[in-house]
Amino acid sequence: MATDKTSTLDDVVAELRDGMTIGIGGWGSRRKPMALVRAIARSDVKDLTVVTYGGADLGLLCATGKVRRAYYGFVSLDSAPFYDPWFAKARTSGSIEAREMDEGMVKCGLEAAAARLPFLPIRAGLGSDVLNFWEGELKTIESPYADADGRTQTLVAMPALKLDAAFVHLDVADAHGNAGYTGVDPYFDDLYLAAAERRYLEVDRLVTTEELVAELPNQRLIVNRMNVDRVVHAPNGAHFTFAGGYGRDEAFQRFYVESAGSDDTWAAFTTRFLDVDEATYQNEVTKWQAEQEEAK
Amino acid sequence: MSTPDSTNTEITRAEYCVTACADIFTGAGEIMASPMAPTPLLGARLARLTTEQDLLITDGEALILADTPAIGKVGPTEGWMPFRKVFDVVASGRRHVVMGANQIDRFGNQNLSAFGPLQHPTRQMFGVRGAPGNTINHPTSYWVARHSSRVFVDDVDIVSGVGFDKVDERNPAFDSLNIHRVVTNLGVFDFNGPGHTMQALSLHPGVTADEVAENTSFPIAGLDNAPVTATPTDEQLRIIREVLDPKGVRNREVK
Repeated sequence: MATDKTSTLDDVVAELRDGMTIGIGGWGSRRKPMALVRAIARSDVKDLTVVTYGGADLGLLCATGKVRRAYYGFVSLDSAPFYDPWFAKARTSGSIEAREMDEGMVKCGLEAAAARLPFLPIRAGLGSDVLNFWEGELKTIESPYADADGRTQTLVAMPALKLDAAFVHLDVADAHGNAGYTGVDPYFDDLYLAAAERRYLEVDRLVTTEELVAELPNQRLIVNRMNVDRVVHAPNGAHFTFAGGYGRDEAFQRFYVESAGSDDTWAAFTTRFLDVDEATYQNEVTKWQAEQEEAK
Repeated sequence: MSTPDSTNTEITRAEYCVTACADIFTGAGEIMASPMAPTPLLGARLARLTTEQDLLITDGEALILADTPAIGKVGPTEGWMPFRKVFDVVASGRRHVVMGANQIDRFGNQNLSAFGPLQHPTRQMFGVRGAPGNTINHPTSYWVARHSSRVFVDDVDIVSGVGFDKVDERNPAFDSLNIHRVVTNLGVFDFNGPGHTMQALSLHPGVTADEVAENTSFPIAGLDNAPVTATPTDEQLRIIREVLDPKGVRNREVK
């Protein structure tokens, strides 16, 4: 019998260290491991380097002062007002170091790390300000093979995005870390896990292995237990982003953005939705949704 | 239900923009058309329903559409295109993207990332997104709904989309760079002016060269001699008005 890896959010937080490089799965405001992000946000950890296709995950970690450096292809809430307010504040105040890159370079860097390669060549980035964002960290590589016309290609040498820890949210998993997605897109979650030393999976539904393989076509089983260290059962854990079983909470996402507008509104948001454990968060979200209905 | 009369109604500026966006894809063949805003989306679908039947289009999420539905609608699908496969398509070169732009300069450098210094911007937008990979790999065009000198600037703050003056001729990795068109509410442009600079291909009816010049920070080649944008055909108007955009989404993006 394979190891039972079911864990609590507290178990995960206990393994966090200052200065870690962490990768966060999902994409923009889509299937983000928000329960884990909230746990990191309310922990004592600091000086994180974050690798992400960014959304409110990066925003919340910026809001709580956790981020020293960010590697990202974009940061988007995917719906109006699109730009994350806390990421924007961190950038315009110069409080984080940006290692901005083309979206395809994020995938490339994770693939290099997953294959234990120091770099992979990629065309994306050439001629753009990406190389200037990286302040000398990003180099080019000349092909040892000339093209047919005798010229030689020089490409971006995308360094491996090696992660100390990866955090992802999937729709359904077993206790051993086998897991799959039920929506239209796997995003890059398997790559984040494969690029990391410690691998944390949160999941909406925890089922037996037999139920998992009976429910999902094989091609949806993108994660196997070799690449998972802890499994956290977190129903609705991707909230307010969407997951396979539920849509994005657009109203709550707008509320998050509006709350960032002043110190008072953010303090209220923090008291109610961040300085609380996950169960309280989910209860308060349910209450908040009822309040919105009543106000209509 | 009555159908709108396609021929007796005055052709709107938005309709000229849609057909100009359709023309972006003329001769594109069997590639993925990736429009990132309503007007170029209508243009890509119009092209697919007229001269470019082999274009691939998606629902903007992860599904390839078999039919060519109205804007905002989905229909039967013919395939799967999750984000990670999009990057495979980008690298393959078999794609033509139409992106937006916060800034564009006369060589086609584009910014959608942020304004101000790289590490301390004055205003944060999306970051570079897929713009560096798009521009270096496959045909790229731009759609600007409000042509102004704040968009068409002497120098972009951050180069997300690569322009022609960045090309290193000795390095074949730049060979696919092709900034094909810029369509705006005022006209149609490309970068075949002297030294790969922006030139006017046509101005929409009612737009003067002076109006374009006043709303552009740099000189545009061929502006004084630019012809008027071609009139949409009756068939194009019928498809736009009755099939692709019966609710008039186009008129909200272009007044």
